[in-house]
Amino acid sequence: MNDEIANAPKLVVRNLNFYYGSYLALKDINLDIPEKMVTAFIGPSGCGKSTLLRTFNRMYELYPKQKATGEILPDGNNILSVKQDLNNLRAKIGMVFQKPTPFPMSIYDNIAFGVKLYEQMNRHDMDDRVEWALKKAALWNEVKDKLKQSGMGLSGGQQQRLCIARAIAVKPQVLLLDEPTSALDPISTAHIEKLIDELKEEFTIVIVTHNMQQAARVSDFTAYMYLGDLIEFGDTSTVFTNPKRKETEDYITGRFG
Amino acid sequence: MLTLYTRRRLINAITLSISVLAMLFGLFWLGWILLTLLVHGLPGLSLTLFTQMTPPPGSDGGLLNAIVGSLLMTLLGTLIGTPIGILAGTYLAEFGQRGWLAPVTRFINDVLLSAPSIVIGLFIYEVYVTKVRHFSGWAGALALSILVIPVVIRTTENMLRLVPNTLREAAASLGAPQWKVINFVTLRAAKAGIITGVLLAVARISGETAPLLFTALNNQFWNSNMNTPMSNLPVIIFEYAMSPYDDWQQLAWAASLLITFSVLALNIVARVLFRQSATTH
Ligand SMILES: Nc1ncnc2c1ncn2[C@@H]1O[C@H](COP(=O)(O)OP(=O)(O)OP(=O)(O)O)[C@@H](O)[C@H]1O
Ligand SMILES: [Mg+2]
Repeated sequence: MNDEIANAPKLVVRNLNFYYGSYLALKDINLDIPEKMVTAFIGPSGCGKSTLLRTFNRMYELYPKQKATGEILPDGNNILSVKQDLNNLRAKIGMVFQKPTPFPMSIYDNIAFGVKLYEQMNRHDMDDRVEWALKKAALWNEVKDKLKQSGMGLSGGQQQRLCIARAIAVKPQVLLLDEPTSALDPISTAHIEKLIDELKEEFTIVIVTHNMQQAARVSDFTAYMYLGDLIEFGDTSTVFTNPKRKETEDYITGRFG
Repeated sequence: MLTLYTRRRLINAITLSISVLAMLFGLFWLGWILLTLLVHGLPGLSLTLFTQMTPPPGSDGGLLNAIVGSLLMTLLGTLIGTPIGILAGTYLAEFGQRGWLAPVTRFINDVLLSAPSIVIGLFIYEVYVTKVRHFSGWAGALALSILVIPVVIRTTENMLRLVPNTLREAAASLGAPQWKVINFVTLRAAKAGIITGVLLAVARISGETAPLLFTALNNQFWNSNMNTPMSNLPVIIFEYAMSPYDDWQQLAWAASLLITFSVLALNIVARVLFRQSATTH
């Protein structure tokens, strides 16, 4: 039934355990996330999807009590090792969060902020980049006349699209999306899904979603997680039409949580 | 037997009336203070307050030297104290998760925050005034800055803590180093709150008498030299109000009125600023 041929893995996860203090939130995860494809994480609330996503850019490092052991290997070197430069890593692995997080600055600066960190460009190129990112995130038409206004003044769904634009503007290699469309209306959601489809030409995308149809629509591979365990991982059509594990089938068909 | 719902309504009504009573009790004293000040202070208000120096007993005069001295020392005290306070508060909020330095600093700051201001005055007297052997405006400004620091540290830390962690994460996820995250995102998000804190600190020091008694002392004449004793409103109030002369007492009332209403105005500005930021963020 394998109708997806996996690209070479971009992120190789080996024996990954994650701790919140003494609480073990991820249990011995092994997973290959293929390059330039969309991988979806599904599973009931609290199963560890966000936690797993946050190990890929070591976001957990901001908090002293959180810790990961094991290996995550993009291009062969372990990003969990102490030698990994965090800022370099995060510049290459972008992230969009569950809740919109616009910075307290203008719409334009919200996007330029990340770009300026690692690229030097003149005003004209920056204008082009901002426009490109806003168009990709399906926000350009709504904000093109008020780029100088604060990003905090946008609606919740517009803020979320601003955050998506901000994340893709820096052109990361990997894009981590944590329920990016849970605050969006169906039209913007469709735009974002189309964007995901386009972006996978260039980027590796990992998306967490509670929406089964969305996972089925946008992803090439799907991982089903439950209580910190990775229960099943495979190409999306197999996981959805012919899951190997009973638990996966129950969850997908809605007989569970 | 009361139903659960009527009981809840009853309890609600009782707590509400207690709260209203408590508020009225507080407002009553505030109103009384303001009224007394207005009654005694208003007759003393005139242009000469702002054009003439503090007089010897029995002759006409104003408060110009005291007003200027107060403004100068408050300004300098704030200018010295604010950067230190903001830096330390930022350290506590943004770097203070690990290690022992932050909890110790926080504890000492709390002690400093509640230290009687007269102790601060004595401290500056001991370490500065006795060394240079004269009272001075600088000593007064230093004492005031020590009062400013803990207030600004506390508000800066609290305001930065109100900034959601998701905002820090979002900035860090773009690869921004921590100093950029703090400078361009978190401090900016907390800006209005921090400014409010500074204004409240200014309001606090502009009425302080005790720390100035041992440091700036007083000066009957026009003086903008920070290296000599300097007149200021609180000490003038202290001296003139206790004097037996009617015209001095009248000046003390006028000075009290000036300080109180400036502080009130500052507080109102601070609240308005904070409210604006709360609605736009
Ligand atoms: N900061 C934290 N401190 C302690 N435990 C946490 C923390 N964040 C998450 N957890 C725990 O780790 C587990 C996994 O949480 P996680 O946020 O990864 O779930 P999730 O799959 O993303 O859920 P949701 O679909 O609701 O977003 C949960 O049991 C949660 O209670
Ligand atoms: Mg989550």
